[in-house]
Amino acid sequence: MLQIDALSKTYRAGDRALSDISLSVPQGQIVGLVGPSGAGKSTLIRCINRLVEPSTGRILLGDIDLAGLGKSDLRRQRRRIGMIFQEYALVERLTVMENVLSGRLGYVPFWRSCLRRFEPHDVRRAYALLDRVGLLAHADKRADALSGGQRQRVGIARALAQEPELLLVDEPTASLDPKTSRQIMRLLTEICAERALPAIVNIHDVPLACQFVHRVVGLSGGKMVFDGDPATLDEAALSTIYGADDWQAMRQESQDDEVIESDARPMRVGA
Amino acid sequence: MSEITHYREVWAPRPPRTRLLIWFAWLLLVALFVYCWQVMTENTIWAFVSDAPRQAMDIGSRMVPPRWSYLPELLEPLWDTLNIATLGTLGGIVMAVPVAFLAARNTTPSTRFLRPVALFVIVASRSINSLIWALLLVAIIGPGLLAGIVAIALRSIGFVGKLLYEAIEEIDTRQVEAVSATGASAMQVLNYAIVPQVVPTFIAIGVFRWDINIRESTILGLVGAGGIGLKLQASINVLAWPQVTMILLLILGTVVVSEWVSAKLRRAVI
Repeated sequence: MLQIDALSKTYRAGDRALSDISLSVPQGQIVGLVGPSGAGKSTLIRCINRLVEPSTGRILLGDIDLAGLGKSDLRRQRRRIGMIFQEYALVERLTVMENVLSGRLGYVPFWRSCLRRFEPHDVRRAYALLDRVGLLAHADKRADALSGGQRQRVGIARALAQEPELLLVDEPTASLDPKTSRQIMRLLTEICAERALPAIVNIHDVPLACQFVHRVVGLSGGKMVFDGDPATLDEAALSTIYGADDWQAMRQESQDDEVIESDARPMRVGA
Repeated sequence: MSEITHYREVWAPRPPRTRLLIWFAWLLLVALFVYCWQVMTENTIWAFVSDAPRQAMDIGSRMVPPRWSYLPELLEPLWDTLNIATLGTLGGIVMAVPVAFLAARNTTPSTRFLRPVALFVIVASRSINSLIWALLLVAIIGPGLLAGIVAIALRSIGFVGKLLYEAIEEIDTRQVEAVSATGASAMQVLNYAIVPQVVPTFIAIGVFRWDINIRESTILGLVGAGGIGLKLQASINVLAWPQVTMILLLILGTVVVSEWVSAKLRRAVI
């Protein structure tokens, strides 16, 4: 479905953010992208829909190379890729419904979107999605009136309104509490399973990732250092991704977390 | 812990060199002040200055009581003044909005050519006082309300344009990114991600400028651009001080009311 070939990104200042990443994601697979901050997780995700311009390499979605597209072709292809952001990135002063319908912008002419006169089937789908994420009653509230977890649900509905063929998820739980994080991850995985959607989830919380994703890709210093089943992500692998000391500290933190969280499921890390 | 056993008892927020420099800067400032004072007082005729309190009392005594019977005659020019301010503000806003979007770094279609042009329009408009705009326009389109309206509008472009383009440059880029990522066109991104973020600031700027324009339009009559300023000039010319007082009171009242209205409006949008 998604095929990344020898993708590299060098920022203008000369920082090499990604080097020679090759990755293939089949239909329905959820890939968790883990690694320390600065490893290039965000850059990799953003290169795929070209919010960041890749320097070299190919990004094939189906048989179209996204890396080489011109402006208007890129817009057309972006419709196929839904993106869910860290800290939601909703348009705060618009209503929940407008935010969800903004997922349809690539499909409707300007005058329709400007007058907010979306086609009946778009409106029906938006309501159905809001129902799916449990926010039907909040459709006409302003986005900034919602709680963090609710806003991220709107973010998910907006991405799904595009009817995407691929989901890019950038730190979906970064600003949420542990319980809400789990709910959001569960919702995401359920939705991907329902639609056989492939997804790349950039996530810093390794235990949470292992609980929900099908495959873990570890980045460190812009290079891919791990690729495999979450069950095979052992101490040695995590030490290569995070560096030995940092990983120990992180594990300690998440164990504390587990003690506090009564609804937590057993960790599969290092099993 | 560390090996140090004696800790210094002297601490200052800045190193000595910096302190010396700051002291020197203050010295320069005082010297400059003394020099300026000298220049300022050189051409002052002190006899007039010492006479000032008496003169003020004299004019003051001639100004009271205000001539209340003059009020009905002032209402029509006052209405004109309000119209100059309101229509001028609207005109200024209409012209300022596209200029602001061309001037903002993140929305301008061309940084090389259009942005400098837009910035120049803003600076040109701001650098000329509305009274001078009115003076020019009275010469060009003749005396009357229209000259006043256009003068206020031209002066407002710069003010509204500058504040608005700064607001546009400060928007949250993640919201813009999120809308672009859906495959929206540039116009749709403007409509869905940028405009909603600047609307409250935009309304606040407009109301604030309207408030300023009410004050500015009261004097435009001095150069023949219509409104209550015409009456003010006429009264001063014939030394009709009680009428001048009446006009000043009326202007004061109008400004207080406009200030109250704009405060209310601003609170309503934010």
